[in-house]
Amino acid sequence: MEGNYYVCTGCGLLCDDIEVELEKDAVSKVYTACRVGVAHMKEGSREAVSQVDGKHAEEATAIEKAAEILKNAKNPLIFGLGTSTNEAQKKAIELAKKLNATLDDTSSFCLGPVVEALLQEKFNTCTLDDVRHKGDVMVFWGADPSDSHPRHLSKFSYFPRGEQKQRGWEEERTAIAIDIRKSHTAKICGSNFFQIPPGGDTEFINALIDGVSGKLPKTSYKFPPKRLLELANILKGAKFGTIFMGLGLLYSLDDLDPIIRLVEVLNEKAKGEFHLIPMVGHYNMRGFNENLFAETGYVNCVKFENGEAKHGPEYSTVEALKAKTVDAVLVIGSDPLASLPHSIVKNLLDIPIISIDPCETLTSRKAKVHFSTAVTGVECGGSATRMDGVEVKFDPILEAKRSTDEEILTKIMEAL
Amino acid sequence: MKMTSTMELYQLLPKTNCKECGKNSCMAFAAALMARELTPDDCPPMKNDPKYKENYETVSGMFSTTEGATETGLIVHEELCFGCGNCVVACPVNVANDPYGVGAGKAPKSTGKLILIIEDGIVKAQNVDECRRFGKNKILCTGCIVTCPVEAIEFV
Repeated sequence: MEGNYYVCTGCGLLCDDIEVELEKDAVSKVYTACRVGVAHMKEGSREAVSQVDGKHAEEATAIEKAAEILKNAKNPLIFGLGTSTNEAQKKAIELAKKLNATLDDTSSFCLGPVVEALLQEKFNTCTLDDVRHKGDVMVFWGADPSDSHPRHLSKFSYFPRGEQKQRGWEEERTAIAIDIRKSHTAKICGSNFFQIPPGGDTEFINALIDGVSGKLPKTSYKFPPKRLLELANILKGAKFGTIFMGLGLLYSLDDLDPIIRLVEVLNEKAKGEFHLIPMVGHYNMRGFNENLFAETGYVNCVKFENGEAKHGPEYSTVEALKAKTVDAVLVIGSDPLASLPHSIVKNLLDIPIISIDPCETLTSRKAKVHFSTAVTGVECGGSATRMDGVEVKFDPILEAKRSTDEEILTKIMEAL
Repeated sequence: MKMTSTMELYQLLPKTNCKECGKNSCMAFAAALMARELTPDDCPPMKNDPKYKENYETVSGMFSTTEGATETGLIVHEELCFGCGNCVVACPVNVANDPYGVGAGKAPKSTGKLILIIEDGIVKAQNVDECRRFGKNKILCTGCIVTCPVEAIEFV
């Protein structure tokens, strides 16, 4: 059965051990991938579609129209890119520079701040392979990988045998869930599930730091100190601990200081080392953050002006749309109309939208110009950065009938 | 559904210790039933006496294979499973038969002796005679049940 393995681009895990069977130029059977991956991989076999004003148009006409919109705009916004390859992202950065555009991705309202702190080396991190080979304590905080990254526990963090963890999860690993509800991951963690009230994370972190430092941990919501000390003792005993930080934790914190301090304290007090990995959802959001960071020193929310990048919250998609500072938008592989709050996205309807997406979305339906592009990892290859920063290269499974994001972006640039 | 216990079975037997089944007592017969050494049909009084008809049907019902279940009684609720593969990686038989493939969290290197594999995002049971809950030296292994986040696997 050992043979051709493909990479699944369904989520931030980029599983690289997927086998497929083909039938009539389409993926008919997928092995080892989860349901998210299967749906993703079976998707890509559609004909190319380019639309202008909701009507079918030649690709060249649509490119011309898109270039015209961008040329006429004073401050266009380029948004999305979490599900594009590194190559397409670099092209989009180039395009943003050329257009003096505002450039942002979903990380500005997602895990961007954590990736930024990580790239600035504010805390210790490691790769998922390190966790598989060495990890003995893993904390899922405000994250539910069973639902968001289905193979996280089985491929990397809890169940598999690794180089230094040969005896398996029952004996050598401890999984801990800290969440406001009993998630599917919390169910697997059993008695190591710590339920806290919404917004109670900062206090819980401080109490945990007290517990680890030998003080009595106290919280205003009266979390049993005995349980907190139990948790502190597990963490202190860790030889290779990892905190997987999800959106639940990030949204509850005012800033990242408490969690960074916790990782520092744990590195001081625990037997071994402690790490933090952000639970990045989109398969290449971390790639975008890293590519933009390498180019400008910022991970998101930038505005280019004559080659220089300005950075600030006002250049985030949400704030820019709220203040109506942008007058055209190029959306790549994202669906802001469906995912952002109504009060903000209604401003999107007042400006021309260009959408580049493999799927038909609410945004693509409302777009002035829409290109249906190849599904990466299925119809086109490239490279992407996994949630832990490892670059993964992948080949296409099928021959593409559609252009890639990168090709469309290149053509738009040429037409400008 | 919970596992039937020997005591539960014993309560349904005639409890006359008639030894017609070849065992010394009804309790021993219940234990033999549990081990799948004997079948409810091996108890002549229960099978033939109309007095025990209802009990006979109940006991037989406990041992007939439920629809959709494999020989070990394993049922996969396909509508619940989302293919996370926890059971595949946690199953001790899978690990023993493919330590560098599924045992290490990766795709199977050979599916020949594996019990659980993921196909089209759903767990598929095969080679169930390899399962530790099967055969003479069976044990009540729960590796695939406790690791499932959505209770998609159960034994009946």
